[in-house]
Order: sequence, then structure tokens, then C-alpha cells
Amino acid sequence: MNNALIIGQYVPSNSFIHRLDPRTKIVIIFFFVIFVFFANSVASYGLLTLFSISSALATKIKLSFIIKGLTPVWILIIFTFILHLIVTKEGEVLFEVFSYPIFSGAVILGAAIALRFFLLILVTSLLTLTTTPIEITDAIEHILQPLNRIKFPVHELALMMSISLRFIPTLMQETEKISKAQASRGVDFKTGPMKDRIQAIVPLLVPLFISAFKRAEELAMAMEARGYQGGDGRTKLRELKIERRDWLTFFGFALVILSLFLTRS
Amino acid sequence: MKKVFIAFRNVSFRYGEEYPWALKNISFEIFSDEWIAIIGHNGSGKSTIAKLINGLLLPQEGEIIVDGMPVNEETIWDIRKSVGMVFQNPDNQFVGTTVRDDVAFGLENRGIAREEMIQRINDSLDAVGMTDYILHEPHRLSGGQKQRVAIASILAISPEVIILDEATAMLDPKGRHEIMNTVNEVKNKHHLALVAITHDLNEITQADRVIVMSEGEVWLESNPRDVFSRKEELQQIGLDIPFIAKLADDLSSIGVPIKNQPLNHEELLIELWKYHSKM
Ligand SMILES: Nc1ncnc2c1ncn2[C@@H]1O[C@H](COP(=O)(O)OP(=O)(O)OP(=O)(O)O)[C@@H](O)[C@H]1O
Ligand SMILES: [Mg+2]
Repeated sequence: MNNALIIGQYVPSNSFIHRLDPRTKIVIIFFFVIFVFFANSVASYGLLTLFSISSALATKIKLSFIIKGLTPVWILIIFTFILHLIVTKEGEVLFEVFSYPIFSGAVILGAAIALRFFLLILVTSLLTLTTTPIEITDAIEHILQPLNRIKFPVHELALMMSISLRFIPTLMQETEKISKAQASRGVDFKTGPMKDRIQAIVPLLVPLFISAFKRAEELAMAMEARGYQGGDGRTKLRELKIERRDWLTFFGFALVILSLFLTRS
Repeated sequence: MKKVFIAFRNVSFRYGEEYPWALKNISFEIFSDEWIAIIGHNGSGKSTIAKLINGLLLPQEGEIIVDGMPVNEETIWDIRKSVGMVFQNPDNQFVGTTVRDDVAFGLENRGIAREEMIQRINDSLDAVGMTDYILHEPHRLSGGQKQRVAIASILAISPEVIILDEATAMLDPKGRHEIMNTVNEVKNKHHLALVAITHDLNEITQADRVIVMSEGEVWLESNPRDVFSRKEELQQIGLDIPFIAKLADDLSSIGVPIKNQPLNHEELLIELWKYHSKM
């Protein structure tokens, strides 16, 4: 599990970043994603890299764990870099690979794009690494609140997300149970030609769907019985609070953005 | 004075035109402050009765009164505020992502203030012995633990009637005993009505009154002792006779006089001990 993709995985800790309000993190990441595209000099890229790496360090999650967790993304980053080397034809020819000319502009552009890509993935994965899915759900509900005025079902969306989060492990357990039950009846999921293996999925999916629908029906009934009538007039147990550390973070981030514009060429 | 809290008047219900009647012209009353057990074989209509009480289903014929209000589209939300119901399957009534959030769900729906919510969550989890699991997700709980949480959620909303639809089926005998004692304490303290649905005759012994269902009809309405004494008939409608009742029967058939139908071990012991001291 350790080497699997870490995007979407939560790593519990008590770091400064973990304790930030999820809204703070989402807003900052949103603006970071925009401002990454403004960097155009070595200094500005250096600044953003410094910001990203120090944020990653501040999570108290081992940097090597994060970097290793991004392995599939690395492949993509290297691929983009190589693609740029091949297609971009700017600047002077640096050297030739198998009589194919590599231009200096290609190296610079490729490196810049690859770095940009890396920073984006790193910073966005910090969100899910330090924030539980339910916190993210709460934050989204708060941030989208203004959309309520145009009748966008914000509360329902958030409820839907939290119910999905609650049932994902349950349905995974169920999938495992059904696949074991079917395997004991002789259904073979692991060997044989592709066509047979795909067909073997059917006796897995059908009972899974039936049970999911049954669950949904019973859950809806239980929710009604427990007095659920939609979002109006509801109070909330989980509350989000913007604290001093959030203001400090916003302030620090504003400084970074300001310096970004000063270091642009 | 006894107050009628729930009344069924000639109620018939079916799940759809093409289905047979699940309940056929049933009538009964449940008083506030009363512990009533509803017992019957699988498919006899017990869960259907429970869902009719808080308006999750509405009857095609007859009338249901809860807390002085007829159950219909306009009154169901008021009625649901005073009816706390625990369903058969603990997994599919667990709404929250953690134990704490799940107990909070009913409180949030009622618009309870946050401070009071926290207080009530802690108290009710404490009552069912689940305090240590407050931050656990449902997939890390056993079936019995989920049932405890479901009962805690009901205790937290302090309803006027608690309906338990085989809500302790997954607990071990000791756990069931503890939980039923907790529920009973709450019931006595707040003068609630308790409707305990089961198909296990062992669970009716503490009830004030028993409604025996068979094939969608009220087959008998009586006290536990009387129900226990009708062994053959109960067996015919598909219920299992508890060991103690069978033992008492066998004893009397070989000439040991058992006057009072014993409901549990202790009562049988008393009978035997009296008999012995008379010899
Ligand atoms: N959703 C449904 N749609 C159609 N028929 C149903 C539905 N739910 C229950 N029934 C039928 O209604 C009858 C009564 O069911 P009910 O669930 O009330 O029984 P029960 O006494 O609670 O049984 P159990 O002990 O198994 O829980 C049964 O014959 C059942 O098949
Ligand atoms: Mg039932």
C-alpha cells in the first residue's frame, strides 16, 4: 500500500497544516494553481518551489514518502519534458541525439513546464494528505454557500458526498465478500483469457448493484425516520472556525504572491 | 391515568396493488409509559407496523393515531419528532461518517444547539457503552456495536416512544441484557412507551403486554405469562418455545406440579424449590 499513489490519501498528524481550516487550504491552493502560471523567471520559479517544499515539510509527513507516492506522476512529468525536447524548436542547437537536434529553448521550456506540473501536483496532494475527506466536504459546503441563492442544492451535494464517503468502505467490504462467495462457487476472476475474466465480473456486479440499491432505499427510510427534512433549520455538529493561524497563513501567502510579481522578468 | 399514545383502528396495509395484504384489519392500543412486545414469525408484519407508526408507510384502510394526531402527510414530521425508531439492519441506518456524527444526525435534524448536542452525544454513547468508539467509522464496528450506536442515537433525541425493530438481534446475551436495562431505565425515568419487536420469545418476559402477530393479523394480545402458557399454538404459528417453558412443560408432564408459568430460570427454581420443600 505504501508505494501506491498517495493522491487522495489522508495521513493523520497534528502539524500546523493539518490544523488549518480546510477552507484556508482550499482557497490558497486554488490561487496557487492560478499563480503558478505567472512564474516566468528562475527567481520566481525558485520562490514557488521554496513555498511548496516548505509547505510539504510543514505537514510533518516525510518528504520521501510524498515524493515516492507521486511515482506515477513522475513518469508523466518526464514524458512531458521529453515531448518538449522533441517538438520545441527555439534557441540554438545544444547537441544532437542520433542526429536529432535538441534546442536550448526546448530544454528551458521543458524544464519549466515539468517543474510547474510537479509543483501543482505536490501542492494539491498536500490538501488531501492533511485534510480528511469529511473536512473537505464541509469546506466545499461553506465555500459554495453563495450558490444557494441561485437555487443550487449545496447542502444536498455535501450530504451526497459525505454519504458516499461513509459507504465506500462498506461497499468495498461487500465486493470482497461477494467475490469470495462467487469464487467458492467456482467463478474464476484471476486466470483465463481476458474475455472470460471480464465475463466473470458480471456475477460480481449484479449482486453488488442490487444490494447497493437496497441499502440506498433503507438508508433513505432511516434518514426520514430520524427526522431529516432537507437542509433548512438544521444545526451542525462539525463546525469550521477561521483562527489566527489561518489569518497568518493568508498573510504569508499574500507575501509570497507579492514577491512572485516582484521576481517576474 | 393511562393515556393512549398509539392507536391502530382497523388498519389494513399492502405494499402495492399487486401484493397481498401485509396487515389485515388490525386494531390495538399502546399506552404511554408501557412496554409492549410485538412478536411473530418472519413476514408476519411486525416491521410494517413499526413503519406505519411514524408514517414511513401510510395505510390504505383504517386509521392510526399517534400522540393524539392522525398519521398523515401533514403530521408525520411532528410525529417523527416524538418517535424514535431503530431498524433491523444496523448498517443501513448509519448515516454519519463516524459514530459521533451518526448520533448527531438526528439532533442536527431537530435543530439542537451545538453545545447541547455534544452533551447529549456524550451521555447517550456513555449509556450504551460506546464512548471509546466515538471517532470510529462504521466499517470498523461490529454489527452489535452498530446496533448500540443506533440505540444511542435514539436515546439522544429523547423521544416519547422508542420502537426497537429487532434492534438487539446482533448483541450477545449479556450485551442485550445491558442494553435493554439501559433502555428500560430511560423509559422509566422519562415515562416513555417502548415497543420492542422480536421473534424471540425469550425477549418478551419483561414486557407489560404482548401482541402476537401471525400472517398479518393480531393473533393474540395478552401478558407474557399467558403467552408462554400457549406452547402448542405458538409452535403452530412458527415461533420457537424457550427452553425454560419446554422444561416446565416436561416437568409437569411427569407429575411435578408447576402452578405459575415460569418466565425465566429464577422463577422455575422457585417453583421447584417450593415443590421440594413440600415433599
Ligand atoms: N418493500 C416491500 N415490498 C413488498 N412487500 C414487502 C415489502 N416489505 C415487506 N413486504 C412483505 O410484507 C409482509 C410483512 O413484512 P414485514 O417486514 O412487516 O415482516 P416482519 O414481521 O418484520 O418479518 P421479519 O421477522 O422477517 O422482520 C411480508 O410478507 C413481506 O414479504
Ligand atoms: Mg421485520
